[in-house]
Amino acid sequence: MSVELDVFVGNTTIMDEEVYQLWLDGYTVNDAVKVRMEGGVMDECEASKDVLLSDTMDQYRTFQMCERLLHSPAKLANQLLFQIPPHRQIMLIERYYAFDDTFVREVLGKKLSKGTKKDLDDISAKTGVTLKSCRRQFDNFKRVFKVVEELKGPLVENIRQHFLLSDKLARDYAAIVFFANNRFETGKRKLQYLSFQDFAFCAGQLISNWTVGAVGEYNMVEDMDVDLDKEFLQELKELKILITDKDLLDQHKSLVCTALRGKTKVFPEMETSFKNLSRGLINIAAKLTNTKDVRDFFIDLVEKFIEPCRSDRWTAADMKLYLTHYTNSAHILDTFKHQVVWDRYMGVVKSCIFKMYHD
Amino acid sequence: MPGKLKAKIVAGRHLPVMDRASDLTDAFVEVKFGNTTFKTDVCPKSLNPQWNSEWFKFEVDDEDLQDEPLQITVLDHDTYSANDAIGKVYIDIDPLLYSEAASVISGWFPIYDTIHGIRGEINVIVKVELFNDLNRFRQSSCGVKFFCTTCIPQCYRATLVHGFVEELVVNEDPEYQWIDRIRTPRASNEARQRLISLMSGELQRKIGLKVLEMGGNAVVGYLQCFDLEGESGLVVRAIGTACTLDKLSSGSAPNTNTHMHPNTAPASNACNSPSKDGKEPVFVEDLPSSSGPPTPFRALPTSSSSPPPFSPSKPCSRQSSSSDTDLSLTPKTGMGSGGSAGKEAGPLRTLLRQQTQTALEQRGASSSGLLLNAREFPFFTLTSFPPGFLLHVGGVVSARSVKLLDRIHNPDEPETRDAWWEEIRQEIKSHARALGCHAVVGYSESTSICEEVCILSASGTAAILNPRYMREGCLDIGCTDHRFEDPSPPSCGFCHIPYDELNMPFPAQLTYCYHCRRQKVPDVLFTTIDLPSEAAVAGKGCLIQARLCRLKKKAQGETNATAISNLLPFMEYELHTQLMNKLKLRSMNALFGLHIQISVGENMLLGLASATGVYLTALPAPGGIQIAGKTPGDLSNEHISSIQKRINDTIAVNKELYQINPPELAEEGVGSPIPEPRHRSRLFRSHSESSDELSELDLSHGKKDAFVLEIDDTDAVEDIHSLLIDAPPPTGFYSCNTENMPGISNWTSGVQMFTSVRVLRLSNANLTNQGLNKIFTDLCENLLKSFYFKLRSMIPCCLCHLNFTVAVPEEELIQVTVTAVAMTYDKEQTQEKTAEKPVNKGSLEAEEQLQFPLELCADSSSSNIQTASKISGVAESTNISPRAASVDYGSFADRCSTWLELLRLKAHTIRRGSVKTSRRTQSLAHSVSSLERCSPLQEGRSRSLRSSRSFGGSSVTVVKMTPLSFLPGIRIIKYLGIINMFFIRETTSLREEGGVSGFLHSFIAEVFAMVRAHVAALGGNAVVSYSMKECVFMENPNKNQAQCLINVSGDAVICISETDQESSASTANTGQTGGGGTDGAT
Repeated sequence: MSVELDVFVGNTTIMDEEVYQLWLDGYTVNDAVKVRMEGGVMDECEASKDVLLSDTMDQYRTFQMCERLLHSPAKLANQLLFQIPPHRQIMLIERYYAFDDTFVREVLGKKLSKGTKKDLDDISAKTGVTLKSCRRQFDNFKRVFKVVEELKGPLVENIRQHFLLSDKLARDYAAIVFFANNRFETGKRKLQYLSFQDFAFCAGQLISNWTVGAVGEYNMVEDMDVDLDKEFLQELKELKILITDKDLLDQHKSLVCTALRGKTKVFPEMETSFKNLSRGLINIAAKLTNTKDVRDFFIDLVEKFIEPCRSDRWTAADMKLYLTHYTNSAHILDTFKHQVVWDRYMGVVKSCIFKMYHD
Repeated sequence: MPGKLKAKIVAGRHLPVMDRASDLTDAFVEVKFGNTTFKTDVCPKSLNPQWNSEWFKFEVDDEDLQDEPLQITVLDHDTYSANDAIGKVYIDIDPLLYSEAASVISGWFPIYDTIHGIRGEINVIVKVELFNDLNRFRQSSCGVKFFCTTCIPQCYRATLVHGFVEELVVNEDPEYQWIDRIRTPRASNEARQRLISLMSGELQRKIGLKVLEMGGNAVVGYLQCFDLEGESGLVVRAIGTACTLDKLSSGSAPNTNTHMHPNTAPASNACNSPSKDGKEPVFVEDLPSSSGPPTPFRALPTSSSSPPPFSPSKPCSRQSSSSDTDLSLTPKTGMGSGGSAGKEAGPLRTLLRQQTQTALEQRGASSSGLLLNAREFPFFTLTSFPPGFLLHVGGVVSARSVKLLDRIHNPDEPETRDAWWEEIRQEIKSHARALGCHAVVGYSESTSICEEVCILSASGTAAILNPRYMREGCLDIGCTDHRFEDPSPPSCGFCHIPYDELNMPFPAQLTYCYHCRRQKVPDVLFTTIDLPSEAAVAGKGCLIQARLCRLKKKAQGETNATAISNLLPFMEYELHTQLMNKLKLRSMNALFGLHIQISVGENMLLGLASATGVYLTALPAPGGIQIAGKTPGDLSNEHISSIQKRINDTIAVNKELYQINPPELAEEGVGSPIPEPRHRSRLFRSHSESSDELSELDLSHGKKDAFVLEIDDTDAVEDIHSLLIDAPPPTGFYSCNTENMPGISNWTSGVQMFTSVRVLRLSNANLTNQGLNKIFTDLCENLLKSFYFKLRSMIPCCLCHLNFTVAVPEEELIQVTVTAVAMTYDKEQTQEKTAEKPVNKGSLEAEEQLQFPLELCADSSSSNIQTASKISGVAESTNISPRAASVDYGSFADRCSTWLELLRLKAHTIRRGSVKTSRRTQSLAHSVSSLERCSPLQEGRSRSLRSSRSFGGSSVTVVKMTPLSFLPGIRIIKYLGIINMFFIRETTSLREEGGVSGFLHSFIAEVFAMVRAHVAALGGNAVVSYSMKECVFMENPNKNQAQCLINVSGDAVICISETDQESSASTANTGQTGGGGTDGAT
């Protein structure tokens, strides 16, 4: 005796958020039933394991049928097959496009290609995220990437409108797309301590300050928020004067040191490492015209700046203080003419380093 | 040339990719009506084409308009090869044919393909211009409104109820035509869908014609069914109740009385031949026509003093002679043709003949000379009636007959099938008469087919309707029997026995009514109708099911039919016993909405009886169940006492669960909506209490009438165990299978309609009946448990209109299909109020809904009282006439001592032919208090709070669906027409579609989507009285194939949510049916 067929269809599609999450997390039906049983749902309504199994299967089927629609969320609102209240639709989409930070950390900056997809089982094993879930998340990245690639206009707004995501999630996706497009290196051991949110923040900074779209006049061009502003990158070379011109370098150092003196315990270390640190930051800027060096932007920041500071035991407050004065002092240098580029560069670098400077 | 149909194709969206190379589609559309086809331009390379076509115009007869659907085919243009079909949309344009309904059909329709399911959507606009046709010989019946709802629709008033209409049409099933061997499955499916659509259109048109001939303008309780007879053809049949309905302009107070005059159909209608002209009515010749032409007659509601012209009488049995004569004399021309067809087996036929003769003999030939117009069946498909309309309820009557199917040779002459139903209806009628009743309410018909065997079933509730509402001479009444002029309080009268106490059609235990104490009531009451709104109940109701499996040997032809015939009575008997036991176990005394389905498979029969149990305070309290060993000194005494204890405990628990605390005295808490009669009835009651009747009543409380279950073998033990298996619903849940949940009326706005299908494969080759029963019972119980679990977020909630359908699609498969609606209610209020509250509200609601003015109620009651006062003291009728024992074995069922005798009797009956049953029932109601009217405010508020759940923001219209005739908190302002859709879905890639469950899941979702889309296109936002009539599922997993047929129907409506203000004003009247009120705040 066996149940050959078992379906339950409501006029309003019934969806249990808990089961949805289990489905998204890639649990098999049987595992999901186990989890639900442990969760104590059986005590409600005197359910038995069979009831739970049947319910879980039904819901899984429903989700599978919905999945096609979730691939282009705008369809969910005007499709006729499932009658789903709007607030539920929002929940469905938001959760479908949600991702695990541990997973995204692994693929961040990688090419969203078939090759990467093949590595998903390794990533799954490493992160503990089920392969099914990894695939869903990866496909989501890829889908969003593909769609916005062809769209004009602001990246975050495009993602939000096209995939009906919340602002937060849309920004995260923008970061993922941005990283994938520029292929930033994030996987090196030295960068392991950084979380996805750290990178997402940095991406946000880069998008809003360094891309083509960041300059108001270029509205509505393709990839405006994805590609870095080439002109700006060229201009960055001009900043080299701060380290190549001996006078300027000394002047800059003395201005910063004057400002910092007595305000921090690590002042001696700051004073000694000023030239090194300044060279590090300016060299990063100067090299950004090379795609290869753009990819290494974050690793460079860590190696050239964050690590030396950390070994000198700067606190986050020290760092903040130092960078603020470092940036502002450049304005006082009368022979330094590249204030605009300097601000555009340092503004982003400063906030990225603030974000990245932790254990 | 009375009509012009115009269609415009606007756009498509979400089309499938038809050209793999470009990932796009070059779509165009063919629009076809009748034999005319138009095409749109090709919209190249787009998945969201904009055609914006011209108006395609079809000039057609209105007959065709009624029969034909508009057929829209979306295709992919292909320069080099044949164009590929993407899918189709069939649009039934019937809703455009009556003036009050929809004026335009416009919206997005899912494009449906029988192989691929829904493939995108298409936006279409359809209009109809009708020219006035004065041709009186017309074949069309445009303008007749159809309703699936089994009560008078909310925004209408019934000025006349004409009675029963039925029709059937037959055709060859395209699936079984020779051409099917060479055409694709898609073509075959489409041919079938189209044919059924045509046949339903034709059927509806013909029924409409009958209604027009009767002088009506609407069909209420329209029930259409398909019989897929396989090789022998396809039958589409329908029954309904013809009415004259007046649309109520909202705000106007309903003020007209309703009168019924059933069955005044012209003679030609009795014979359901599609080619009506020149056909001799079957039994017109034996009968002097007692009814004139169907001229509607209106009695003035104010004539309170006028005694009824006729009174329905108990000695109805005597009238039966005339009907029985009809029965035996009915030549059954159809049968003749069946005989010639060969398979209508000789023995079976003679059996039938004998059967009818038996009936004749048993009924006795006595006649009071009443004229009965036997051409008609006094049947009503309605299940709820206005207060005061239903005088007495006799009990459930049912009839079954086993037939061998044979190819329908001439589709234009469906006499065979007609004759079959004719027989069954005659039987029902005579059963009703045996119960002293002249009408059958809550009437329905169904079939179960397996290979060439077909079980036809019909059931209803024998009843006596108030003759004041009958047209003179149209019912078989005439003998004045004082008993029925008597008075019963308007609300309690309907449960008094309609038959003669001293000449009962079956043994029953009668007591004096616990309400008025003047009339006799039975100890239990079974009916197929909804709980009358005015009935007083204690506590809440609950779903009660009896389930049964019986193995049978595989056989062919006649042997098979005989085997089934032999099994049927045993099954009915056992189902009945189960129902009775379960009822007692829940400490209840009446069943409403009883529906017994017997389904036939190759090697087994399945029986499923569902009903809603309730405690009617007018009926005696049910005695307990007593367990007895076979002999006093039985060894297992301890065992028995342990079982006894369990049973007693269960009863106690159930009493608590369903809050059954009947008032000690009938008067307690009893009031009537009309103060005056209440006062009077009290007076009478106290009068009668002085007699020695009291002691009689007290006796019935004791263990004297406890139900005795004898444990004489292991089977009996099993049976008792299975009794106790039924788990009560979890806290916060109630369930029923009727429109109204007894004891709950304060619905909030949460509504979730659902359909669930479960198929079980029996792998165990040598199963016993007991084992099968257990499996089947578990299947049903588990389904219920699943529902409770799935819907747990709606607690407190009630599953209403739980409609179970069983089938045996293949040898080892059992299929159960359930459609129901879960509705939330306000728990707090239910607990605060007494049990009477819902009842009262229900009554008021029904009154409003049915457009029976309050005056009617007051009037009839007061007139009743008047008569009562005249004859008080003459409590019982003195009309005692000897009558032969009836073979209505079902009614014996509650007397356990007669088991064997009964079985013998039954077996006897069965051997003689087709099966029939009748059941007795009775009930009684308190008049209800009007006190509760003062508390609508709270309710209105709480409801509106809940209803704030918003669905706004979506571009798709939200369409609510419910199998009930109402939606809580929402008022229906317009009926847009009937939705009747038939779909076939087939797959040759079952595994890829997620197996059978995946396949069916998406198909059901698609059907819902298509229903919603059609309703939305009509401008509606809800479907009421929704039902899934058919869900036939076939699979062949080895070939990776499956096929499913689904037929759904319902009424498309526009409804509006009651605003806070409105609800505070109107909930007093709309409590029970949640917003059906027509009192016009808007």
